[in-house]
Amino acid sequence: MAVIGATASSGAKTRWALIDIVVVIYALVPVLWIVSLSFKTKETLTDGNFIPRSWTLQNYRDIFNTSEFLRALLNSIGIALIATVIAVVLGTMAAYAIARLDFPGKQLLVGASLLIAMFPQVSLVTPLFEMERTLGLFDTWPGLILPYITFALPLAIYTLSAFFREIPWELEKAAKMDGATPAQAFRRVIAPLAAPGVFTTAILVFIFCWNDFLFAISLTSTTSSRTVPAALSFFTGSSQFEDPTGTISAAAVVITIPIILFVLFFQRRIVAGLTSGAVKG
Amino acid sequence: MAEIVLDKVTKRYPDGALAVSDVDITIGDGEFIILVGPSGCGKSTTLNMIAGLEDITEGELRIDGKRVNERAPKDRDIAMVFQSYALYPHMSVRENMAFPLRLAHVDNATVTKKVEEAARILDLTQHLDRKPGNLSGGQRQRVAMGRAIVRSPKAFLMDEPLSNLDAKLRVQMRTSVAKLQRRLGTTTVYVTHDQTEAMTLGDRVVVMRGGLVQQVGSPQALYEQPTNLFVAGFIGSPSMNFLPATLADGQLQTPLGPVPLSDRIRRLVEAANAPSEVIVGLRPEHFEDAALLDEGERGRGGRFTATVDVLESMGSDKYAYFTVEGETATSAELDELAAESGSTEMTDDGSQIVTRLSAASGAREGAELEVWFDEDKLLLFDPSDGRNLTYAG
Repeated sequence: MAVIGATASSGAKTRWALIDIVVVIYALVPVLWIVSLSFKTKETLTDGNFIPRSWTLQNYRDIFNTSEFLRALLNSIGIALIATVIAVVLGTMAAYAIARLDFPGKQLLVGASLLIAMFPQVSLVTPLFEMERTLGLFDTWPGLILPYITFALPLAIYTLSAFFREIPWELEKAAKMDGATPAQAFRRVIAPLAAPGVFTTAILVFIFCWNDFLFAISLTSTTSSRTVPAALSFFTGSSQFEDPTGTISAAAVVITIPIILFVLFFQRRIVAGLTSGAVKG
Repeated sequence: MAEIVLDKVTKRYPDGALAVSDVDITIGDGEFIILVGPSGCGKSTTLNMIAGLEDITEGELRIDGKRVNERAPKDRDIAMVFQSYALYPHMSVRENMAFPLRLAHVDNATVTKKVEEAARILDLTQHLDRKPGNLSGGQRQRVAMGRAIVRSPKAFLMDEPLSNLDAKLRVQMRTSVAKLQRRLGTTTVYVTHDQTEAMTLGDRVVVMRGGLVQQVGSPQALYEQPTNLFVAGFIGSPSMNFLPATLADGQLQTPLGPVPLSDRIRRLVEAANAPSEVIVGLRPEHFEDAALLDEGERGRGGRFTATVDVLESMGSDKYAYFTVEGETATSAELDELAAESGSTEMTDDGSQIVTRLSAASGAREGAELEVWFDEDKLLLFDPSDGRNLTYAG
């Protein structure tokens, strides 16, 4: 029996391992292809080899030699970080209220935020373009930060209110009885427990802002606020006959690095099961 | 240390539901008072109103003579132990217990001293640096107590603090809670649905039902002189036996046979203006195996013979269960008590009665037994409103 059980489980393990490998290959091949392209020389770019025959760092040197890319990278980091911070702070407060309080219009608020998330963004680009031009926000950092917050908030509120609902309400009552003001109870008891949710939300919002192309291309016109996804589409070769594939690939690889760092940094803070031991035995 | 006064305190929810109605209790300084009742009777709501976690709709709550209705929980200087313990999972035991002191800006040396003292009292010293997640149920319960006692509040509020523990630990912790309260001498309000806890812990017990206080008194007073059918049925384990009876010519016609009323009972019944249909209440310990009594004792009580359905030997006593033919006693109070204990299916035909006999009794399951009962101990209730017709006050 034991032997049969062992073979069955090792058979199952092999099956799972195979499935895992297929999924990972499926997901990573396009990424690796871009990485491979970014290291190829102009001559071997179209040779179809997965592993470059002749390696070069020229593409990377090229993109960092243009002020355009560096400026775009700075815009991307600044805009995405500011939008993330504001969206997460506002989202935390809104989600806490939604999870804890019973106020008139609560369902309306939740419904409205869901509606924003469902709205096709492309249909809003033209009105936003006109509005921002009138208000003087066009081609500025706030011009991108504001719409990012708008579209990231529903996501933030939804994710965070799920986390807040997990925290036993009695902890807050206990804090009140222990002499905490509502603000102290939130800061010293609720917020630390909601931290994993806050970090998860921050990652999602940051990725959303970082990867956005639609607003970035429509609401900017110069390097002063153009983010990397938009800037990439303006890359040209050194002459008009030259294919910019190599430099675009290099830039694509470079802009994935901050996001990987961001995720790795916050992932450590996402400790599962932080609320265990709060209640019951 | 403080006196807590509830003056006609009422809680009405916005949807109109009345949770607590006109509660009048004066809790003396250092007193250990128990709020007991079935679920939904308003005992926890009352506690939350004292704590300040729920608003008081009407009436006044005074702590040390000062009205505190509008004060936030933090300004009432009251500590609370929750049913779920509500420990802060991200803090160590030490930090959990120090939390109230830190909020009060107590200096570090005092915090350390007080936390260590509380830990010593509660036997938590070796667990101070662990997180609540790694503690057993009993240890968590003690941490919750520790968090309440560190800042020496005016009063403790406890909301079913032992109900999440297993039976053995619960009995053990019950004793510890009682000892701790005596030692600290702090006014304590304790909520429970368990009448055994209520009887063993409290200086005084408040029995509640449907938001109304039924009776306030010492455990013994509630047991011997319940004001109504509900208190009589709720207090005591196994609970009181109830039988329908007819009152005529100073005699009681019961399913157990005719019972003459003693002079004491007759006077009380007359004063209470009793109806002719009544409910008789008899506690299990007021029965005895007739064979064990001498002639003189037998003459001072009623006797009946019935078949023992079930016999439970407890070592020190024997519980014998009988079925008495005839109608069963019915009233709103009894229905509610039956629903609470989930024992509605037991009354198929006749009423079941429980008797507590001496261990020396020769009762056997399935065999007939002559049972004696003390006629002077019986209580009579009005079936229409449940009041005790033999209440001596």
